[in-house]
Amino acid sequence: MKEIKVAPIKNGTVIDHISCGMAFKVLKILGISDANVDSTVSVLMHVPSKKTEWKDIVKVEDKELEPIEVDKISLVAPDATINIIRNFEVVEKKTVELPDVAVGILKCGNPNCVTNSREPVRTEFVLKSRNPIQLSCSYCGRELENIVDHII
Amino acid sequence: MSQGFEGRDIISIHDFSRKEIEHILDVSKKMIPIAKGEAQDFSLKGKILSPIFFEPSTRTRLSFETAMNRLGGSVVGFSDPEITSLKKGETLADTIRMVESYSDVVVLRHPMEGAAKLAADFTEKPVINAGDGAGQHPTQTMLDLFTIWMEKGAIDEKNVVLVGDLKYGRTVHSLACALAKFGANLTFVAPEVLQMPKEIIDYVQEQGVSYSQSDNLEKAIESADVLYVTRIQGERFPDPAEYQKVVGTYRVDNELLKGAGKDIIVMHPLPRVDEIHPDVDGTPHAVYFKQAFNGVPVRMALLALILGVVK
Ligand SMILES: Nc1ncnc2c1ncn2[C@@H]1O[C@H](COP(=O)(O)OP(=O)(O)OP(=O)(O)O)[C@@H](O)[C@H]1O
Ligand SMILES: [Mg+2]
Ligand SMILES: [Zn+2]
Repeated sequence: MKEIKVAPIKNGTVIDHISCGMAFKVLKILGISDANVDSTVSVLMHVPSKKTEWKDIVKVEDKELEPIEVDKISLVAPDATINIIRNFEVVEKKTVELPDVAVGILKCGNPNCVTNSREPVRTEFVLKSRNPIQLSCSYCGRELENIVDHII
Repeated sequence: MSQGFEGRDIISIHDFSRKEIEHILDVSKKMIPIAKGEAQDFSLKGKILSPIFFEPSTRTRLSFETAMNRLGGSVVGFSDPEITSLKKGETLADTIRMVESYSDVVVLRHPMEGAAKLAADFTEKPVINAGDGAGQHPTQTMLDLFTIWMEKGAIDEKNVVLVGDLKYGRTVHSLACALAKFGANLTFVAPEVLQMPKEIIDYVQEQGVSYSQSDNLEKAIESADVLYVTRIQGERFPDPAEYQKVVGTYRVDNELLKGAGKDIIVMHPLPRVDEIHPDVDGTPHAVYFKQAFNGVPVRMALLALILGVVK
């Protein structure tokens, strides 16, 4: 049974199984909090879920995600699924996956890390553990705290 | 698996396996007569080392320059005013790309953590980290290991006491990890506020060696083979009286050493202030000056290995 509570979209992306409360972080990652988006976005928060108790869902019309956006989403919602909708049907479904090495998507929390200076370098974090998520900076070695707040 | 040494960067002690470090120690030992000027070897003739020091460090810099010269190589560095002007304008990435074109190996000291890795990203030439902020200083760790190995014949199973500022000290963190990797038993002696950070303790524990934490130096050295002393800096203590008390508690003198085994060696990365009484200098326990000298053969070994003249 499809749990569609808002008007179905013709083409676009449904990001499903977002950890409860993280929908706004996902919107931020997609740049949708900015006023420059001309597609319809609907957000369902606190929806009952079969897999976990509650979840959030974000639906974006006429947009397919960039790989870098999927990597960022994996950090805030490691169980999310990305459903591509074409002509009202789910034509592709993939689960997000935490990258083993996260390049250019996080800012190091160490103010004295060389990646926080004006050097022409992309940040790099190595995944040390998936559950809980633990990442350490390849430059200064520091473990990243409050991961969600450090997404670029 | 050893990747071989030629062309390799020396960024962090963690990049080297125990086997590889053992090989470096073996080569270092062979370098001693050359380091002392008793034998000659000019196998780095025609090679140029560029020290780039964004922070002052007489000891490390001189020791690298001596190492290069002893092996017949040359040194082309910056003088302080040039570095100062670099600090203002150019990025480190640009500096490295410029230096790369006229040297064979770069030795970098920089105040920011991760600077050496960044430098290595921007050049094909090998980069040696001579200290990056509160980060790594791998050649210091290697010369510390070399000193223990030379003086004690082994590192495995030796009882090593680390005392002083274990929380912020740049050298002790890498050293503790390396010693654990080599199977030494560790005792960390410091006042509570300056004890070893949790991630280092976790690492030591993972290596399966025995370790303990204490604030009692007298007790800790009873069965120690090595006492490694580091400086406690005043600025870590908001209250100067508290600082004086702590410094007093951990001062190493001959009186204290009476309670230790007769073969205990005392090490210090230098410069020391009051941590070790000068009376200790004349005893067989004092190896800190030898330790400083050991920086030369160890750096000779590293240069010879990464420049490919020794396998
Ligand atoms: N045309 C559409 N417009 C808007 N949302 C849609 C559309 N089609 C499907 N969805 C939503 O996309 C998500 C995935 O749809 P699907 O039909 O694959 O559900 P499912 O079988 O429950 O999938 P899963 O096993 O991933 O939970 C659901 O949240 C569904 O409500
Ligand atoms: Mg479902
Ligand atoms: Zn960092």
